[in-house]
Amino acid sequence: MSFLELERVGKSFGPTTAVEEFNLAVAKGEFISFLGPSGCGKTTTLQMIAGFLDPSHGAIRLEGKDLLKITPAKRGLGIVFQSYALFPHMTAAENVAFGLEMRKVSRAECAKRVCAALALVGLAGYEDRHPRRMSGGQQQRVALARALVIRPSVLLLDEPLSNLDARLREDMQIELRQIQRNLGTTTILVTHDQIEAMSLSDRIVVMSKGKIEQIGTPQEVYERPASAFVAQFLGKTNEFAATVDCAAQAAKLVAGGWSAPAPAGVAGAVTVSVRPERISFGDNGLSGRITSRIFQGNQWLFQCDTECGPAIVIRQNDGRPQPEQGAAVHLTWQASDMSLRAAGGTA
Amino acid sequence: MSAAITAESSAAGETRAGLALALPALMLFTGIVVIPLVMTVMLSFHDWGQYKGIEPVFILKNWREIVDDPYYAEMFWRTFRVAAFATLITAVFGVPEAYILNRMGRPWKGLFLLLILGPLLISVVARTLGWALLFGGNNGLANKLLMSSGLIASPVRFMFTETGMVIALAHAMMPFMVLAVWTALQRLDPQIENAAVSLGAGALTVVRRIILPQIMPGVLSGAVIVFSLSASAFATPAIIGGRRLKVAATLAYDEFLNTLNWPLGAAVAVLLLVALVLIVVGSNTLIERRYAEAFR
Repeated sequence: MSFLELERVGKSFGPTTAVEEFNLAVAKGEFISFLGPSGCGKTTTLQMIAGFLDPSHGAIRLEGKDLLKITPAKRGLGIVFQSYALFPHMTAAENVAFGLEMRKVSRAECAKRVCAALALVGLAGYEDRHPRRMSGGQQQRVALARALVIRPSVLLLDEPLSNLDARLREDMQIELRQIQRNLGTTTILVTHDQIEAMSLSDRIVVMSKGKIEQIGTPQEVYERPASAFVAQFLGKTNEFAATVDCAAQAAKLVAGGWSAPAPAGVAGAVTVSVRPERISFGDNGLSGRITSRIFQGNQWLFQCDTECGPAIVIRQNDGRPQPEQGAAVHLTWQASDMSLRAAGGTA
Repeated sequence: MSAAITAESSAAGETRAGLALALPALMLFTGIVVIPLVMTVMLSFHDWGQYKGIEPVFILKNWREIVDDPYYAEMFWRTFRVAAFATLITAVFGVPEAYILNRMGRPWKGLFLLLILGPLLISVVARTLGWALLFGGNNGLANKLLMSSGLIASPVRFMFTETGMVIALAHAMMPFMVLAVWTALQRLDPQIENAAVSLGAGALTVVRRIILPQIMPGVLSGAVIVFSLSASAFATPAIIGGRRLKVAATLAYDEFLNTLNWPLGAAVAVLLLVALVLIVVGSNTLIERRYAEAFR
């Protein structure tokens, strides 16, 4: 039996459906991300788990117990809010201690656990600071300590890193992952940042318009996207119209000047999608011209005009010379690096 | 170097332009606030007699009379007592009112805000006369209602009593308290209640430990506004209290217009002003010191 279970959970606000048919089983200690654009229902789902919203239908179970029968105050979940929602009139230590006070933990034990929680997030020595006098990153850490100190069965993170600048966000991602691994707390993260979702989670739930598009490990959803939406939302991707040519003895997949043996079971017009970092410049293949070349330090970003439409190519900056802007090139890739779907279809 | 000089001279020019722009407002302020105030203070040291009128001399007669005669002490004591009770009532009713208003949904919030602020559009005199009608003697509507609901056995005197004055003042001042508290409530993080609930707090604990401490500066500034407006109110005490139950403002009015003892009236007015300024500035300093750490 899984630790946290969401079964056919749905939520509608009047005539609009925010979430529908949400099925998910989370194992103990797992780190799950709800990933999707704003308005896809990921925060609504999180709020239903937290108990701030009641699902219109469906069931949510934690260790087999019906979570919907328990009030939010008694669910014992740790939540970190996007705005942190720290209590501004309390010091960092008082903020962290609040949940323990509500649980009637003895004063000595409370002090010990608050100290340990603040040390865990690297804020030892900041006990007496008020939130207003802390930086965004520090406030974030207090919020995390406050959620973790009550030893929650599930930790819910609602876009916790989106208010931090890029450098700090990366540091916090690494730290968050380490803390989660060490404590083994089952965690659900809501985010619209695909890199954040991929670098933190064991599994990603990709959502769009209230529906689950795909559930899988970061590699699975990136390498084998189940739908056009997933392919486009996670990282950049190129899509070319291709045809399966059955005239030769062996069926051939053809996109402009590029061709490969066609996999079994496809015919007619298909859409080929290839990640930009899997494309290389070769002597033959899809012919095109480089329209712009951008140096990004560790990599080069090329924009090309090909016979099958625009394409982007990313090459590692490995010190070798790269084609100039305006150069005629041929794009080529391994058959295993692309995914196929019937043209116009979604999967 | 030359750039520095230009910058400096342009800064000086800006200062001059700023002064020039502030001048009209400054003149207006001086003309209608500072000069009359200084004249009132000077007037309070002048002499007055039934037959000789005002004599522009410097004496402490009026001030000595206020200090020596317990009549004035009683008057000022009543003024501040009435204002304090009115403030207490606005706080007790205004804080929950603002909290509920803040949690209301779309169409109702605007409607109830209008209902709360609406009275501000009506003259205080009209509103107080309305209270006078409700209070009305023993057969007033308020008494009938209270007696029929069994809350009181015999009629309560509202007209010409401090009770009536406090009720009418609290009603007149309620919008100021609600607005001050509402402003404070809007500054709250909308997720803060959820955060407290998720940590295991019940509804009462959320209000007591999380909401109230955060809106306290708003409640206190509302209280300062209500207190100073109530203590200096004229129309409500004049109508409900009549000529028998005087407060500082009605007393000053009577000295000026009935007794024609302008110097004494001026002394009463100046004393009321000084007391209010001290109370307002003092409580503001206290509030700022108390909440400096958390709300800077």
